[in-house]
Order: sequence, then C-alpha cells, then structure tokens
Amino acid sequence: MQHIGKASISFDNTPYIQEYASIVGKKEGEGPLGKYFDEINEDSLFGGDNWEDAESRLIESTISKLLSKANMSSTDIDYILSGDLLGQLIASSFGLVNFNIPLFGLYGACSTFGEAVSLGSVLVASGAANRVIASASSHFASAEKTFRFPLGYGNQRKFSATWTTTGCGSVIISKDTGKVKITGITTGKIVDYGLKDKENMGACMAPAAADTIYNNLCDFGRNPSDYDKIFTGDLGYIGQTILIDLLREKGIDISDVHSDCGIEIFDINLQDTHAGGSGCGCSASTFCSYIMKQFEAGKFKRILLVPTGALLSPTSSNEGNSVPGIAHGVVFEAV
Amino acid sequence: MDYLKAFLIGGIICAIVQIFIDKTKLMPGRIMVGLVVLGTILGFIGLYQPFIDFAGAGASVPLLGFGNTLMKGVKEAVDSEGFLGIFLGGLKTCALGISSALIFGYIASLIFNPKTPD
Amino acid sequence: MDEKEYESYVKKVTPTTSLAKNMFMAFLAGGIICLIGQVLINLFIKMGLEKETAINYETLILVFSAILLTGLNVYQKLAKHGGAGTLVPITGFANSVGSCAIEFKKEGQVFGIGCKIFTIAGPVILYGLFSSSLLGFIYWIYTLFSH
Repeated sequence: MQHIGKASISFDNTPYIQEYASIVGKKEGEGPLGKYFDEINEDSLFGGDNWEDAESRLIESTISKLLSKANMSSTDIDYILSGDLLGQLIASSFGLVNFNIPLFGLYGACSTFGEAVSLGSVLVASGAANRVIASASSHFASAEKTFRFPLGYGNQRKFSATWTTTGCGSVIISKDTGKVKITGITTGKIVDYGLKDKENMGACMAPAAADTIYNNLCDFGRNPSDYDKIFTGDLGYIGQTILIDLLREKGIDISDVHSDCGIEIFDINLQDTHAGGSGCGCSASTFCSYIMKQFEAGKFKRILLVPTGALLSPTSSNEGNSVPGIAHGVVFEAV
Repeated sequence: MDYLKAFLIGGIICAIVQIFIDKTKLMPGRIMVGLVVLGTILGFIGLYQPFIDFAGAGASVPLLGFGNTLMKGVKEAVDSEGFLGIFLGGLKTCALGISSALIFGYIASLIFNPKTPD
Repeated sequence: MDEKEYESYVKKVTPTTSLAKNMFMAFLAGGIICLIGQVLINLFIKMGLEKETAINYETLILVFSAILLTGLNVYQKLAKHGGAGTLVPITGFANSVGSCAIEFKKEGQVFGIGCKIFTIAGPVILYGLFSSSLLGFIYWIYTLFSH
C-alpha cells in the first residue's frame, strides 16, 4: 500500500469485496435496476414508526442480509464504516447498535459510500483489520424532512432537482480472496465553485467529481479507456453534462465510459424523478447490485466508482453559504 | 360575471407569481411572505379594497387578500383605539384564517400520517 | 472558470420546464380555487348571510378542504402541476400548516407539532403582522394630524 501522485493510494496486497447486499424501496425496485437488488421493500416505513426509524431498519436488514449471504456472524467482522444523511448519523447509530461491531461513523454527504470503501480498504490493506463492512444509506422521506419540505407540502420540484434514493448498500471488504478486488483509491478534496442552488445538486457536485477523476487518471497514469466504466454517484443528467464538459476542457474525454448511478437507478421518463436519483444510498445500492453483478458476469474488468457529495446543511444554506462538493474515487478490478 | 372575474383575476395573480417561482431562487416560503407583505402595502395605500370590490374572491382568496385583511384590521383599530390599535387590529380581522388553519392542521395531524409519493 | 462564469454556464446547461406551460397551469389552478371561493360566497349570500360572514364561511371551507386534501395526499399532487396556483391562494397557506403538523407529529405534541406547525406559516403571520403594524404606526401618526 502506497501513496501515489497527488491524492491516491495504490494497494499491492489488494483488499477484496467478499460479499455485497442491497435493499431498496418500492420506487427503486420499479426502476431499471429492480432485478439486481437483493430485496425490495414495498413498505416505505420498513415496519418502523417514523422515517428515521425506517432508515435504521433498512440499514439493519441490509447488514443482516449481507452477513447471511456471506454465511458470517457479526463476530467475523472487525469494523463497520457506515454513514447516512441524517443529523448526527442517527440512522446508522440506531440501525447498527445490535450488531456489537466497532463502528466508524462517517459523513461525506452522498459520497459516503466512497469514503467508507476507501477507509475500509485502507484498514484491511494495512493489516489493521481482516474484514470490515462498508455501508451507506439514504431514505427519500427522512431526507426530504431534513433538507426540503414536509411530504405533504405542495412544492413544485424544478427539473434540476434530484430524487433521494431509498436504499442501502453494504459490502464486506476482506483480505481473503473475494468477488472483486479494490486496487486503489483517490480521495477527493472539497471543491466549491460558489454555486448556491440546492435544487441543482448535480451542478454543485460536478466540479468535485471532475477533480477526483482527473487526479485519479493522473495519479495512476491512466486514460479514461483504461476503465470499462467510470460511475459517478448522483450527478444526474445536468451534472453529467457539466462533468463531461469540465474534463473536456482539461483534454480528457470520458463521454464514452461515463455512467451515473443516479441516472441508472431511475427511469426519468416513467418515474418522474427529474434530474435523477441522489443520496448516499444511490451509489451504494447501485454498486451493491447492478455493478457487482456486471463484474460477476464478467462484463467489467476495471471500473472507477466516484460517489459524489454535496456538503450543505439546512443551516449553511439558510446562512447563505454555497454548496461545496466532494467526490471519492475507488478503483475496482475483476479478480 | 362575478365568477368570470374571480376566475380570471385569481388566475392571473397566480400566473404572475409563477414567474417568480420559475425565474428566481425565492423559495415558496419567501414568496408567501412577500405576497402577504405586499397585500398590507396595497391595503395601506387604499388600492386593494377597491380591487376586492371589483374582483371578489379573485382578489380576496390569494394571500395578497390576507395581507389586506390584516391592514384593514389595523386601520380600523387605530381609528377606534388610537395607538393601541396598531397592536390590536391585525390578528382580529385575520383571526379566522389563522385559527382555522392551525386548528384544522392540528386535527389533521391527529388523524393523518405522512406518506411517500408513489 | 470563475464563480460567475460557472454560474452562467450552469444556467445554460440546466433545462427548465416551460414557463408558459407552468404559468398556464398556475392560472388554471389559481383561477379555479378563486372561482370556488366566489361560488361559496354567493351561495352563502343567497342563503341570507351578510357579505362579511359569507366571506368568513368561504375562508373556513377553503382552509378546511385544503387541509383535508393535504391529509389525503391529494393537495401535493395538485400542487405538482398547479405550482403558484395552489401556493398563492389561502389554501396554500392551509396546506403549509397541515403538512408541517402531519410530518412532525412523530416528534411529539409540543416540540413536533407545536413548534413545526409554524415552520412555513409562522413567517407569513410574523411579517404580515409586522408590516401591517408598521404601516399602522404611520397611519396612526397621520390620524394625529388629520384630526
């Protein structure tokens, strides 16, 4: 394991994704990726009492699913790295309490899955842990309540608005051989182009994604074509256009290999999701379903996953701050 | 004629406000506040009441009318009570709108639960 | 690219829904709500009520219906198309009160419903009161000199 270039780490004794699991809500299940998820829960409350409880239950059942798919119990796991969008990470705290596994709670807004997999890989590659879980979740209703309006409020969404994914994706990262190997990470820095429009998150985050992808290509000495796909987290349609333009300015063309989890997870025409899906659970559940299944089917040799986060809070935007972005890149390769 | 005026004028006010929703970063909350404040100003300079007399519900149902009602209350109270009227009048005339919304809203919270859109 | 350039670039690549269509929908929705208001007023006057009382009953019914439709998950669907047409009438105010109360009920009677019911309605009441009182103060000074 060594630091290379500006912002990357390359793993020589690579950590592996040993198992993965994803659970999503009804709308995500009806989307184009529906058949790839482990479970689709029709009940938006997930059997809980309120939206926050619902998200905790979503996390708890995803981790349980993950452990049962891997034939493991919580004692086999050294650490969990998990995050969500709620204040003080309450969805993770209440969802993970029963597992009795040491926890690193992470907040990277919607980039959290990238952050969790990055740090989890470092823990495993350094020998500090044998097996860790990296996880991220979001819930449409708990996010709306925290960041936007009450569900019953008659608000007209702009075209640039995104739709928070109800979903959780979790992976076991292990030193033992698994389904996919993690060969490197590129950690994003905060990139702020001064945009204040929280109804256009894709545009707020695209510069951060461009920066991370650029650094990744430089640090590893690669071209976009060295990847079968570069998946960003939740830029949506507008963010995708901007990302491709920003990189083109630097002489890099990713238009042939770029995909966005937020674009993949919903059908914009049928599902009325405007610019696309968003939320920590968007990249996490897309990776832990569609992307992993493509690897298993031998369709991917190497991809770059770049979950993107918009670093705002209701307070910061009330106080007139801009919406800075961050994006964390992880390189996955077929075994 | 009453009906046509109410429909057309109410509709036109809403269509104009739609421009602010689409073309500015004002959130709905600021727009609602703006309408009520504008209503008080129009009421103060004596423009809104004649407008209501002309357009009926087309002018009274939009939140501008709510602002006008507030202003009307303050004016009437100042006329009858003097200085204290500044503080007495507003809530008196718009009591019905505020109280009914709060009371029905509270009752609704006892009956209904939030639902995610399909 | 500096901040200004980026902002105008973003504006260029961000598609917007048609303003004309949105305005037409707002016109239609707002017009219909006001029309219903007028129908109610005329109905109550025909039943022999004073005009003021008729308007009060009309407001009561509009507010009640808007909150009922909010609870039944209908108002927000209308608002999706109606935009300003459902926001601007008194029914939009009622919707903001009802939706906040319903959303935050799980956080308790006092800190949930009690506080949050005012999230959107509170500013409307505050600034309406403040500006009418400020203008009332000016009006009071005017009355001192005009008598």
